[in-house]
Order: sequence, then C-alpha cells, then structure tokens
Amino acid sequence: MTQPASAARQDAPGLVKTPPQKEPKGAGPAFGMRLDLRNLSLLGVLAALIVVGGFTKPDEFLAVSNLQLVLTQASIIGVVTVGMTFVITSGGIDLSVGAMVALASVWATTLATQEYGFAGILFTAIVVGVGCGLVNGVLIAYGGLVPFIATIAMLASARGLALQITDGKTQIVTVDSVLDLGVKDAYVLGIPPLVLIFAAVVVIGWLVLNRTTFGRRTFAVGGNPEAARLAGIDVRRQRLYLYVLSGLCCGIAAFMLVVLSGSGQNTNGNLYELDAIAAAIIGGTLLSGGRGTIVGSVLGVLIFTTITNIFALNNLETAVQQIAKGAIIVVAVLVQHHTLRRRGET
Amino acid sequence: MPEISSTSRRGLLLGTAALSAGALITGCTSNEPEKKDSAAPANAPVADGAPGKAVTIGFAGPQADHGWLNAINDNAKQRAKKYSDVTLEITEGSNDTAAQIGQVQTLINKKVDVLVILPADGKALTQVGLQAMKAGIPVINLDRIFASPQAYRCWIGGDNYGMGLNAGNYIGEQLKDKPNAKVIELAGVDNLELTKQRTQGFDDALKNYPNIRKVARQAADFTVESGQAKMAQLLQAQSEFDALWNHDDDQGVGALRAIAQAGRKDFIMVGGAGAKSAMDAIKADNSVLKATVLYPPTMAASAIDIARAVAQGKGVGGMAEMEIPASITLYSAVVTKDNVDQYLPTGFI
Repeated sequence: MTQPASAARQDAPGLVKTPPQKEPKGAGPAFGMRLDLRNLSLLGVLAALIVVGGFTKPDEFLAVSNLQLVLTQASIIGVVTVGMTFVITSGGIDLSVGAMVALASVWATTLATQEYGFAGILFTAIVVGVGCGLVNGVLIAYGGLVPFIATIAMLASARGLALQITDGKTQIVTVDSVLDLGVKDAYVLGIPPLVLIFAAVVVIGWLVLNRTTFGRRTFAVGGNPEAARLAGIDVRRQRLYLYVLSGLCCGIAAFMLVVLSGSGQNTNGNLYELDAIAAAIIGGTLLSGGRGTIVGSVLGVLIFTTITNIFALNNLETAVQQIAKGAIIVVAVLVQHHTLRRRGET
Repeated sequence: MPEISSTSRRGLLLGTAALSAGALITGCTSNEPEKKDSAAPANAPVADGAPGKAVTIGFAGPQADHGWLNAINDNAKQRAKKYSDVTLEITEGSNDTAAQIGQVQTLINKKVDVLVILPADGKALTQVGLQAMKAGIPVINLDRIFASPQAYRCWIGGDNYGMGLNAGNYIGEQLKDKPNAKVIELAGVDNLELTKQRTQGFDDALKNYPNIRKVARQAADFTVESGQAKMAQLLQAQSEFDALWNHDDDQGVGALRAIAQAGRKDFIMVGGAGAKSAMDAIKADNSVLKATVLYPPTMAASAIDIARAVAQGKGVGGMAEMEIPASITLYSAVVTKDNVDQYLPTGFI
C-alpha cells in the first residue's frame, strides 16, 4: 500500500457514515440502510469464500447443519466484536476482552453460582463483565490511563484471577437448563439460540451506534475529542460507558461460551482480543477512531469463521491454515482500500 | 524415524522396569510383569517402605495452571508424607525460567540431599541442573528433559510416542474386523514436540491395521473451548467414521460436548492423559468415550521414591541392578471400562 492511512481516512467522510470532524453535534452517520462500497467489497470476499467452500466440499459445506455451525461459531466472537467496534470507533482499544470472557465464565460456573441455576450463571457472567468494563472505564476516563495500558493491565489481572478461582481446573456445568440451550432441540425454526442472541446484539448495536445520541457521541469522541468536548459532550463519561458496554458484551459472550462448551476454564476466550480487533478493522472500523460500522464488523467475523470452516472441512494442517488466514486478511484489506481509492479518484 | 523407534524400544524396556520398581516400592501388585527373582544378585540393597537414613528432598515444579500439573504437585506431596525419613522442601511453582533457576539455586544453597525438578523448560534449566550435580546433589529430572545427561542422575517421565502407539493399537483391535474403517484425530497444540510424537505413534500403530485409514486430523489447544470448536468442525466434515483419538482429556470435555450437541453416537472415542472426568465417563459407559491413554501424574510420586532411594544408596527391587536406572519412561496404559477402577484414584481433576 502506497496510500498512507491518513489519506484513506480523509477519503472517508464523503463515502462512509462518518461525521465531519469539526461539527460533531447533529453530524451523525448517514441514516438509512444503504450498504456502502466497503461493505459490498467485504460481501464480495465472503461470496468468494462461499464459492470456494461450495466448490471444494459441496456436500458438507452447503449443508444446513454447516450453516448452523458457522453461525454458532461466529456468534460468540461476534458479540465481543460488536462491543469492540464501539470502543475502537471512539478512538480507544480494549485488549482485555478475552480475559474478561475468561473471568466472567469461570465465575459463572463456580459451584456456588451453579446452585442458582440458569439465572445465577447468566447474572454472574453479566455482572462480572460489566464490573471489569467499569474498572477499565474508570481507569481510562477518570484515571487518565491510556486504553492500551489500562486494558492490558486488566488482561493480566483478570486472567490471573480466573486462574486463581479455578485453580487450573476445568469447571464443568451440571445445570441442565443451561446445557439444553446448546443442543439441537433448542433450535428455533432451525436457528440455534446462540445465533439469535448474536443477532439481537447486532441489531441493538447497530441501532445504538447509528440511531441514537449515544452513537453520535461515540463517533464525535472518536473523530475529535476536543471538538466533542466543546460541543458539550461529556467525553469522559462517554468513554466510561463505552468500556462498560464492551464489558457487557464480554459478559454475554461468556454466558454463550458456557452454554456452548458446558464448562468454565481459565483459558476461555484465548486471543479473542486479536480476533475481535482484526474483524473490526477488516470490517472498516478505523483504528484511530471516528469511523465504525457494525455491519462491517459482522462481515469481518463471518469471513474469519467461514475461512476456519472451509479449512477444517478440507482437513488443512494448522501451519497452512495460519499462513492462509494471514494472506486472506491482507487480501480483504487490500480489496477494501483499492475500492476506496478508486472511488476517491473518480 | 530411527530416533523415535529407539526411544520406543527403550521406553518399553524401561517402562517394564519402572512398573516392577513401582510394584515393589508402592506395594502395588497389579499389572506386575514377570519377575526374575532367581537371576538377581542376592546383596543388592533395595528401597522399600522401611525407614532408612533421613533424606531432605528439594522439589521445584512449574506453576500449576492445568489439571495435570496440579496432580503432579499433589502426588509429590502425598508421597513424601508417606515416608517418615523424608523431608520435602517445596518451592512455589513458576513458569518463569529465571525464577525457577533462582528457586533451584536456593535449594542447592540449603544443601538438600537430592533434587526433584520438573522444569518449565527443560533446555533452559539444564545449566542449573549441572550446577546441582557438580555440588554433589543428585538431580531427578521429571518429565521435561534436560539438554544434557550430565545434568541429572535419573530422568523419569511420560511417553508421548507410546500414548499414540497404544491409542492406535487399541483402536486397531476394536476395528480390526471392519473393512475400510475410518479414524480421525483431534490433536493437541500443534507447535509442541509432544503433539508430533503422539501423532507419530498413532500413525505407526495404524500401519499394523491395513483396513484402517486416517481420514482427518485437526489440532486444538488443550482447552475445552478449542476442543468443542474443532470437534464440531470435524463432525461436520466427516459424516461417518468409526473411531476418534483425542490427545488430551481437558480438550476432550469440549469434544464430548460437541459430539453430544451434534447427537452423534456412531463411533468410539479414545482420550489421552487420564483426567478423572474422562475415567468417570468411561466407567459410566454412556458416551462414545470408551478408553483413555495415560500420561500418569503419578510420575511425581515415583520421582520422590527414586530421589529417596538415590539418597539412601539403594536400588530397585525385582531387578538385578545395584543402582536406580538412569532413565525411566512410564508406560502409557490404556484405561477401559474393565480396568478403570484400578486407575480412578490417579485421575486428576
């Protein structure tokens, strides 16, 4: 890429749902459901992957059960990515998402919590996620720590706490109502409940980011915090809320992971931070803030999951999988930038 | 693979030796191979439960962040308590090489009689092993092997190649009458040497059964989450197969969950390591899991036995040797419904 990131960013406002930086108030993203070029190019990448999958393993890849599997596997990291999209859009970063998922899941699966059944596990997961997010938010918004430092500290301590709670052991869930949510009988019209949760989080996330004052403020803080402050936005409080939102998403994801794996383990959520950041960036959310799209993030997650699925169906070796995954990330981003540059030139 | 096959042959011989040593030292009478009582010289002093010279054993292990490592620490402590003549000096576990070197040096300075070290990284701890040996403290190297044989008096550890071999042979026996049988493998962390050894052993065993073909292999991460995710994919990819070997019982919790979620029952599954949850499932016999291949954490207890015997200058009962052997590779027994009761006490949580 000869095009520096800043140039790409300047191209953006006319093209993507980004507010002009100087006038944050009332300068929300474009209303309406139009898919921008960026998302269309991502859809193109996804379609190409589907063709590859359908071509190499027609019987397995195109089966309904495989579609259910891909969506289920996308749903947990997808929920985390929605929260991450908000944080990155505001110009921040949350490196602690994987650790928060781990801590929330092991706390939710301790024997004491299992006594209270389904509600106890769900409640604990969400409270722990929100609690961690609150700590991140306070440290960043009011303590003046940069997000990178605050959340990397949370990453270390939440993983440590998760290890201490479990003592390195796998906590197996025995609550049937939780386990039942993950099996075929629980599918609603063929859709796994975890996918429904994911869909709900995506729809709510899209509405909040694109149709509310909260969303407009998120873009404003990410685009130009000083301008946002002058426009009367409480930037610090907004940042606090955003990290709490990310923690909330991690709490929900932790519960979903408990349903899926039937257990809590201190290694849960391993490397989620990298997957979520990569998916958001591929989706078109700008790492330096000011621009973010939920639809793009969802497409990013689906591209990742579909790649993994095609690799496994074709029985590729781990090393080959990793190399190919890296190459496809580069291709996806290149296609996007290329689309964007051409548009900028015309 | 001459290296591996020689390891395996040595493993077999020494495994037998270890078993008979274990049988005598622990008083465990099961699985006893044939003894050669008549051939043994009469005067070899043999380690037994009777109190002897007082011995201080220093124990330095890694941080217990996995069920198996927890079991290692427990086994060492429980075993040391059994002997009235043994004092155990145990350091806090650490995965930090520098910290573990410091801990071993502290134990050397305390002038313990013998050291048991399970290094977080065998190669990185070699120098401190040499240092202890030069200071006249025999080192019992547990599981992760030092780079130099000069750095330890005796090595005792598990047999990853043997795990694969025994898993493969067990599956082979179950499927030997089935034409065109298909097996799949859910491996552990693929960038670890031990994963490659387990797979190599498995593949070598399957060569004994020309009717069986390995149709898929995917690697997980030794975690429940990865086990569930990778197994779900494998089940999708392979609509029909006859047996599955899963390298690790922890990731097996996730694999079993994926199998239950997919409602599949049309194959047998063999696990690895020997977790209690796996043994419970084998005993209950209500899932596809029919066996698990051991990587026994009791090796820590045996290391205490060996350390004590070395310090007291004693040999192994049931063998002609005057000394404790230089290297002991444990046997990767296959635990099935038939013998699970015998192994359940060693199952780790």
